[in-house]
Amino acid sequence: MEKDIICTVCPTGCTIHVVGDEKSITSIEGFTCPRGKAYGEAEFLAPVRTLTSTALVEGGDSVLVALRSAGPLPKGKIMDCMKEIHALRLTAPVSCGDVLIPNILGTGVDIVATGNVAKL
Amino acid sequence: MLKTDVLVIGAGAVGTAITRELTKYKLDVICVDKNDDVGGDCSKSNSAIIHTGYDASPGTLESELVVAANPRYDQLCEDLDIPFSRIGAILPAITDEQFAQLPAIKEKALKNRVYDIEYRSKEQLLEMEPELNPDVKGGLWIPRESIIDPFLFVVAMAENAVANGARFLLETEVTGIDVEDGKVVRAKTTAGDIEAKYIINAAGLHCDEVADMVGKADYTVVPRKGQFYILDKNTSCKVNHIVLPIPTKVTKGKLMTPTMHGNMLVGPTAEDQLDKKDKSTNAAGLASIRDDVSKLIPNVQLRDTITQYSGLRANRNPEGLRIDVYDDLGGYINLSGVRSTGLTNSVSIGTYVADLMKKMGAEMVWKDNFITKRKGIARFHELSLEEQEELIKKNPLYGNIVCRCETVTEGEIVDAIHAPIPARSMDAIKRRLRAGMGRCQGGFCGPKVIEILSRELGIPTEQVCKNNKQSYMICGKVK
Amino acid sequence: MYDIKCDVAVIGGGPAGLAAAVAAKKEGAEKVLIIERDEKLGGILQQCIHPGFGLKLFKEELTGPEYFGRFVKEAKEIGVEALLNSMVLEIGDKEVFCINSKYGVTRITAGAIVLAMGCRERTRANIQIPGTRPAGVYTAGAAQRLMNRQNEMVGKKVVILGSGDIGMIMARRMTLEGAKVVAVIELMDFLAGLTRNRVQCLDDFGIPLMLSHTIVDIKGNDRVEGVVVAEVDANKRPVAGTEQLFECDTLLLSVGLIPENEITRKANIKINPITNGPEVNNFMQTSTPSVFASGNVVHVNDLVDNVSTESAIAGASAAKFAMGKLGGGDEITVTTGNNVRYVCPQKVSPNSDEKVSFYFRVLAPKKGVRITAKDGDNVLYTRKAIKVNPGEIEKVTVDPKGIKSLTVEVTEEA
Repeated sequence: MEKDIICTVCPTGCTIHVVGDEKSITSIEGFTCPRGKAYGEAEFLAPVRTLTSTALVEGGDSVLVALRSAGPLPKGKIMDCMKEIHALRLTAPVSCGDVLIPNILGTGVDIVATGNVAKL
Repeated sequence: MLKTDVLVIGAGAVGTAITRELTKYKLDVICVDKNDDVGGDCSKSNSAIIHTGYDASPGTLESELVVAANPRYDQLCEDLDIPFSRIGAILPAITDEQFAQLPAIKEKALKNRVYDIEYRSKEQLLEMEPELNPDVKGGLWIPRESIIDPFLFVVAMAENAVANGARFLLETEVTGIDVEDGKVVRAKTTAGDIEAKYIINAAGLHCDEVADMVGKADYTVVPRKGQFYILDKNTSCKVNHIVLPIPTKVTKGKLMTPTMHGNMLVGPTAEDQLDKKDKSTNAAGLASIRDDVSKLIPNVQLRDTITQYSGLRANRNPEGLRIDVYDDLGGYINLSGVRSTGLTNSVSIGTYVADLMKKMGAEMVWKDNFITKRKGIARFHELSLEEQEELIKKNPLYGNIVCRCETVTEGEIVDAIHAPIPARSMDAIKRRLRAGMGRCQGGFCGPKVIEILSRELGIPTEQVCKNNKQSYMICGKVK
Repeated sequence: MYDIKCDVAVIGGGPAGLAAAVAAKKEGAEKVLIIERDEKLGGILQQCIHPGFGLKLFKEELTGPEYFGRFVKEAKEIGVEALLNSMVLEIGDKEVFCINSKYGVTRITAGAIVLAMGCRERTRANIQIPGTRPAGVYTAGAAQRLMNRQNEMVGKKVVILGSGDIGMIMARRMTLEGAKVVAVIELMDFLAGLTRNRVQCLDDFGIPLMLSHTIVDIKGNDRVEGVVVAEVDANKRPVAGTEQLFECDTLLLSVGLIPENEITRKANIKINPITNGPEVNNFMQTSTPSVFASGNVVHVNDLVDNVSTESAIAGASAAKFAMGKLGGGDEITVTTGNNVRYVCPQKVSPNSDEKVSFYFRVLAPKKGVRITAKDGDNVLYTRKAIKVNPGEIEKVTVDPKGIKSLTVEVTEEA
């Protein structure tokens, strides 16, 4: 398996060419800095993303609260996580940092509120 | 089933003016329109000019009506509480060939009894209009050519008609007309049948379809598209008067004029088409506006545009404005060929139709309690500080500015939604109050107006529309 | 009329206004008042729920609400005041007039004013897309507000015009919430926004990016039914015969931002024709000495971190001015050299004791360049850059003491 990965570490946007299989990398080239190399390796073996969305809040000064994954989630689980988030029904007040879904889908990552909704 | 003395089909400028005129008499009047709002199709997208009729074909009904209408607007607009300005028009000749045409244009104006048309020298014109092409040779000055807010004009006439007892049934399309014993008796509509002694076809673009319902379609409507640019109030190149081109054999040409609200209006094109629904703009048409108007106003900055739109004129084939009654069809009046002079003509047509009804034997008894004055919604940004203060104290919603570009408050929007002719869509609010008509084109106020419409009309946001029923803004909830 | 007196009045409670207000207070201004039209502080960041903010300033990746949340917290702690739901209609040299539903017409008298009104989006009309005028044409920011603050879904099948960051972020946002994004169309032959957003917002979801294409027609009378996409030539003109119809119910526009300077213009403050914002000196001071400006109202920034940094200068300077402590005097105008579209601030005082950072945008994307700031032949600053892009702001930092002129240029590296 080989992949061209556009590096997103900095605005330069190097194209990193990686060859390998699910478990190991046999060749990596095209990066121009150590952070780029690390990014290319991670993106090839186990790509992760921070997920952000909103959840419905009842009885607050906003109908929605913004939320995020406290850490990066496996890219492949993003859509499944969205289903969990979609089902959330919160009640005001909600504060920034509140854990809304602990350990979502067993990933070890919490879904936390990033905004505040005051009780009306 | 609804019953009425008079059913007017079409709530554009003409249908609304007829409806209002007839409420001066002891008559029950219903006006129906297929659209969600008054203002029709043609009446809301035109050059917003109240013409003098200087260039009409002398001796025609159109000339007679437009020439008679113009002087009525000062009093009418004062009564209806709408903006109107007699800024006057200039007709500059840029080429020698155009200069040679001026005497004939003046002669035609005199035949139309527009006696206040005057010659102006190059120097005079450049002083009046510094942005004019400096090659100008001289031109004509037509002082009574005027500008109006065409949306408010129709809304105000309709509201005044409502105050005098008329009913407006919107989103009501006429699908058929029943004739019994050589006389119209009822209209079939999408909202049920309406029995009427008189039916007046003021359906504009669709007047041939209505005429066909009673077998009187001896003509067709040929929509003529006109595309326009609206420029930002801050554009660097402005004109003070309506600047008209010298007409050619092919077209009346493209003009530039201030609007009632300080924007510049540039256009229109003239493109005949078959589709009555096609109000799209196109790159070729817009480019032709640039080419033509820059001959008059070389520095015109079309990149300062805040919107482009097109309207359709309801031209008739065979040509000419006609108001017809038929010996073999009692109770029916057919209007056709009401085109670019229609906005101006509407009030004259109202009077003409009332007179025609009398001749047809209708019982036309004056009311002694006709209300002439209509009060519009207080325009917050036009008020003095003291008045603004007073208004906010009375209604705190006037302290919430929703539209930043045109300074429109929530109070005005709520008032418009609950007005005699209610504004029930995004466009209806835009046309009355200009929220969304400014330079951000609703980017900021749009989301808030959706909320306000939903709240005040008691409908889910999914039912808030831009204008007609299928033009939904929102397709559901995110969560 | 309701009267309020303060030392520094800040117009706008978004990231620029918050940073300016905090800095003004810290500089020693006693009463600092933010005037905000929304019901909450935070400005546009309230709807920017995605991550990517704060990498420069806080060295961590925050979402919009987290980013402004930190400033709101600090502002509250140090006693910055805020007048919410208040729309400023007019300013004088040291007066701000606003409308508020509780107090009516309100006059704020201040020792100095900071303009921090931000920017607005370019519209369909600005770029003159022909076609019908149906419902379903939204600017990306309006759609973002509807989705992220009002819980309203604007459409199900979407085409996005413009590859700016907001456009790409909305592509991901709408996809995550169940919409189908058909394509992102970009007029230029390069991406307008950040590469990271292309990868994470488009590539991750298989959303095609069509460079050198534009929309030449919008179809649908009531609601959008489709858009016609065509290729453009080197002069950005559509190529006849390349048109293809994309069926969709929504068109989102991410076609640029314009500083919002209605009240600035009304106050006769000098506006720069390139940035469309007020001209400022190294104190972020406008042509009216008591009025300062910062953030997107001055020039459209790429990163909010830069907005905060620049706004802190504006706020601190405004506080100094209000206390009669701001220096200044002679000013020189910065010259834009090779491949530089504009430089901000536009003016600098050679009496300044502190180093000054100048932010600028290039005219054209270039690879392998040298960025230089010089006073005549005297090079004050220089560095190599792997590439420059009009979408990303570059910075030079210069000690202005005693300079006679200043030119910023981007040349090809030999």
